[in-house]
Amino acid sequence: KLAMSGVEEISDESVEVKEGEEFDVEAEDHLRDDFLLDPTRYIFYRDRKEWADLEPVPQDDGPNPVVKIAYSEKFSDVYDYFRALLKNDERSERAFALTSEAIELNAANYTVWHYRRVLLQALSKDLREEMRYITAIIEEQPKNYQVWHHRRMVVEWLNDPSEELEFIADILSQDAKNYHAWQHRQWVIQEYKLWDDELDFVENLLEEDVRNNSAWNQRHFVISHTSGFSDAMEREIQYCLYQIKKAPNNESAWNYLKGILQPLGLSAQPGLLERVLELKQTHCSPYLLAFLFDCYEDALENSKENVAEEEQQKTLKKALEICQLLAQEDTIRKEYWLFLGRSLKNKHGKLNNYTFELCVIHPELEII
Amino acid sequence: MGTQVKDVIIKPDAPSTLLLDKHADYIAAYGSKKDDYEYTLSEYLRMSGIYWGLTVMDLMGQLPRMNRQEIIDFIKACQHECGGISASIGHDPHLLYTLSAVQILCLYDSVDALDVDKVVEYIKGLQQEDGSFAGDKWGEIDTRFSFCAVATLALLGKMDTINVDKAVEFVLSCMNFDGGFGCRPGSESHAGQIYCCSGFLSLTGQLHQVNADLLGWWLCERQLPSGGLNGRPEKLPDVCYSWWVLASLKIIGRIHWIDKAKLRSFILACQDEETGGFADRPGDMVDPFHTLFGVAGLSLLGDEQIKPVNPVLCMPEDVLQRINLQPDLLS
Repeated sequence: KLAMSGVEEISDESVEVKEGEEFDVEAEDHLRDDFLLDPTRYIFYRDRKEWADLEPVPQDDGPNPVVKIAYSEKFSDVYDYFRALLKNDERSERAFALTSEAIELNAANYTVWHYRRVLLQALSKDLREEMRYITAIIEEQPKNYQVWHHRRMVVEWLNDPSEELEFIADILSQDAKNYHAWQHRQWVIQEYKLWDDELDFVENLLEEDVRNNSAWNQRHFVISHTSGFSDAMEREIQYCLYQIKKAPNNESAWNYLKGILQPLGLSAQPGLLERVLELKQTHCSPYLLAFLFDCYEDALENSKENVAEEEQQKTLKKALEICQLLAQEDTIRKEYWLFLGRSLKNKHGKLNNYTFELCVIHPELEII
Repeated sequence: MGTQVKDVIIKPDAPSTLLLDKHADYIAAYGSKKDDYEYTLSEYLRMSGIYWGLTVMDLMGQLPRMNRQEIIDFIKACQHECGGISASIGHDPHLLYTLSAVQILCLYDSVDALDVDKVVEYIKGLQQEDGSFAGDKWGEIDTRFSFCAVATLALLGKMDTINVDKAVEFVLSCMNFDGGFGCRPGSESHAGQIYCCSGFLSLTGQLHQVNADLLGWWLCERQLPSGGLNGRPEKLPDVCYSWWVLASLKIIGRIHWIDKAKLRSFILACQDEETGGFADRPGDMVDPFHTLFGVAGLSLLGDEQIKPVNPVLCMPEDVLQRINLQPDLLS
């Protein structure tokens, strides 16, 4: 087992900052004098005797490189030696240690991560220690595909998810919408059947930020995989309306409500329309109006045989009024609202297209 | 009905005209400028970086400024024994970079630089039992990789070599309650994933499985007061979503649901008048990725100074016409 005499630098300053300072010649000379006094000085791989057996492999940008690229010295040094190890497919402790340095310089480099996994297995490394390592890396760089995938591999190899929910919760406390974190969480929960406390977890997140779309998605994920929505429907509707009262302009809450009701049909839910109309008085929003439209549309689509023509046309009129209002208020999506009105009218109505457009442009005419 | 919304404010002096020449100069010089640290750091995605640069240059009619032979030789050196292609020399093969390589070679009409049968074999080997695709031998599953697989095979005319039905089944299992798609079943809907899944369904002739009105609504909800588009609710706008969202809307036939004028002014505001290129949002640092998607977005919006771009493959339409590949779009 080779021991490295070059000690890893203890500072975690970014390499860019160091470029100007540590690596200019004068400083180097000065440091050489002080070497015996300061054993923590960083030593390039090219200067370490235990690496002298390897021929470093410089960056290859292709057969006819047009571009002469200037890398930072430390980066080139580490990666020159990384490439040398790869070339020889060396499976050793020093190779493993070097992957840590390469990762620190560029954690998105998927080839380094691959190699590290090969080494983890070839050298039968302590996977618990690897868990500590990957935990630290993810804390620093939580928005990187490679680090999360690596963590998943280690959890699978250990077959031990016991730290995962707490760890992911910690990452989410720094950014509650981290897409990678949520992926990993869903995988852990599904793979190891850790559903029990997840609904509580989601509710806590929604207490903190009711607009967290990831948390709403997770709510749907948990319920669809556990109780299902049939018994839970009334509770979920109440939950949505309660959250909407707290923050009316919340796309996520409205998308969720519509999403859970859609399979059965919005007009199939007794009393729902009335509750939404009541909410309209005090907590109106474009989303509420859009939802009302969806209710009316569903009613028209699924109306029973005995519903009078007059009733139908009344519902249609209410729906079209909503489109008119939204086309004026939510102008950025005007085309969408006009489309909705036109299609509904074409399907169920007696008004022609021209009349409808006129209503939108000249609402004061009160044509409908 | 206005409310505190997460958005940017475009300053009155933000760029408002299209600076194509500056962007062409920016891309042509990329990689040879002094500050190369960013270039070095992005080596692990070099193949995609080249695809972004070449595609945007071609869309601007400036492809001849790039070094065709050097790039073809580079790609040859990146094909591994297993058939897969890596981001750069000395890196491991991956589906992402296999697609980028094939896209580049299509631009240059030089697909024969690769061992095509081997590429097909590599892709086939990555399909899982449930129809999904891993990105590489380490097994990460993501609908992005389903898209990469079928897009590459479509460009090579070899779609029939995989189990398409199973692949479709998996992608459809990623459709969510809001009509969108995530990276795996149950994952939150995200514009980038929606683009991949819409593109996938287009290439496999399955667009009728999309709830176009529901998804179209979700997508046009991405537009914020600034005119820019975000990737999911309550997030800031980013110019790359001008591609992911806009192309998806085009594929499902609902691009007119976006306020085009407002989006155009957002995209133009993301230009850097001094350096050329586009940033994710006004005032930030530019990069080739955002430059491609800014220009491609403008093309989809109908800017006549830019070549028409195909919304499924993000490649110039004339290239796809040459190889006779016209993926379905809904109307």
